[in-house]
Amino acid sequence: MTLFKARHAMGSKVTGTALVANDGFSARYDLDRINGVFSRPTHKLAGRSYVDRILILDTAKGGVATAWMLHEMKARNMAPMAIVLNSVNTILAQGAAMAGMTMLAGFDVDVTQSIADGATVELDPDTGTLRVVAD
Amino acid sequence: MKLNDEEKSMLAGEQGRVAKQAIEHQIQVGRFFGAADFVPVTQAHIMADTESLGEAGVVWLEDLANAGERGVRIPTITDPRGTDFTKAEKLGQAEWMLSLERRAINAFRRLGVSMTDTCINYQTVVAATRGEHVAFGDTGVVIYTNSIGGAKSNFEGGPSALAAGITGRTPRYGYHLESHRQATVRIQLEWTPRELSDWGALGAIIGRICGNYWQVPVVDGFDRFPTSDEIKHFGAAMASFGSTALFHLVGITPEAYSLSAVGGDRLPIGHRIGEEDIRRLKKSYAADKTIDLVVFSAPQLSLYELRDLAGLCQGRTFKRPLLVTTSPQVKPDSDRFGYTETIESAGGTVLTGMCFYQSYAREMSEANGWRRLATNSAKLVNILGGYGYVPMLASMTDCVDAAETGELK
Repeated sequence: MTLFKARHAMGSKVTGTALVANDGFSARYDLDRINGVFSRPTHKLAGRSYVDRILILDTAKGGVATAWMLHEMKARNMAPMAIVLNSVNTILAQGAAMAGMTMLAGFDVDVTQSIADGATVELDPDTGTLRVVAD
Repeated sequence: MKLNDEEKSMLAGEQGRVAKQAIEHQIQVGRFFGAADFVPVTQAHIMADTESLGEAGVVWLEDLANAGERGVRIPTITDPRGTDFTKAEKLGQAEWMLSLERRAINAFRRLGVSMTDTCINYQTVVAATRGEHVAFGDTGVVIYTNSIGGAKSNFEGGPSALAAGITGRTPRYGYHLESHRQATVRIQLEWTPRELSDWGALGAIIGRICGNYWQVPVVDGFDRFPTSDEIKHFGAAMASFGSTALFHLVGITPEAYSLSAVGGDRLPIGHRIGEEDIRRLKKSYAADKTIDLVVFSAPQLSLYELRDLAGLCQGRTFKRPLLVTTSPQVKPDSDRFGYTETIESAGGTVLTGMCFYQSYAREMSEANGWRRLATNSAKLVNILGGYGYVPMLASMTDCVDAAETGELK
């Protein structure tokens, strides 16, 4: 399958390189936001850069700080291009709205198992779809 | 979303550009979650430390304040700041951090926000009551308010909580809806925790089981009624590890007067948790015997926790820094009752209006050479790994001993 339908979507259409892991996401808990890399040692993306990537992860984790931090990261051009989650929480959605970041969430399949790390994907919030352009 | 006349007026800009901007943000979030309309809220609580806001967030706040408009229309309070200005030098914080904090505080004040600087407002300011709709930030505040108070809040990030303060409402989705408050996971407890770090560890285990924001655990099997501080650590850890916003304890929390009242009778027992599970979780953080500092924070300490801590500090001399955070509401009483003096006479430091992980934890680590950290807060050990610390979870007694000897038992 190369087309995935999301139940929740916001933002504008983007195309980029996917950074994929079956793990959670919190900007405060998981990131070195100065250097733009995942820094929590136990995170499956530890040491990987997230800048300008389309993050595809399982679920939103942790506290409320991400609602501010996506905006702060974007202002320094050190943010992901977009975020895709199997399960979103309110904070990630509020943060994406504040930052003007594209977000898709809620699928009938586990997108972290269905999309290859490094694939080129296109997100279209108007139709709520994620399309794999190239594996 | 269905809007009433007041909301349409805000959206049209008739009540100023700040209210318009706030309600536009709320409509975007509400549509994302399929909210049918807005629900009026009585209080808002904003998480807004400047490590999270950065320069961009502070400029955004200043822009709202510079409009010179009405600001917030309901009681709107704040989570901890990023510093205690009187102790910033001791923490190794730089002037630019303090400058950013001052600018944020000034902007909030001009917007009519009350700078309570606390993550335990349910113990120190005004607790929400059953059925009351509120817009609270800080996950520990939300989970306590939903579960123990029976009030209704989603996790509201800083911009959304401020928007709720400005408009006096929030989109009706998530935990504002009765349909989301029924249990989804049933847990049988086989051992009731005895001290705060065990309560936090239990919350951590349940948070990991739940795994995402939309799971609601119902827990049965407690052999006594927990205290406010015990539930504070339990809930804060659950929210931190699992992004969980609501739990039910059978016969204890207001919506779970029986298992069936929250739908638990229709769920199989999915998990059993005993003492060994709690010990195993704590042991998983026991990375080193030697420690660089001890921190009691996340959440801020209540007056009773400070009383207990002062009792343990009596007559000691610490080899390692011991930092304690509390709220500006509790600190004067801690001073009056001699707790602050006892803790600080032993070499500890009582910090006010801040929380350790919200205060440029990475920069404090680099400035002071702090890495191996002992705490009784399960929430804190979950957060600090990403900031470069090696956090270890132990009882308050063992943490105080570690401050004296430099080694954690």
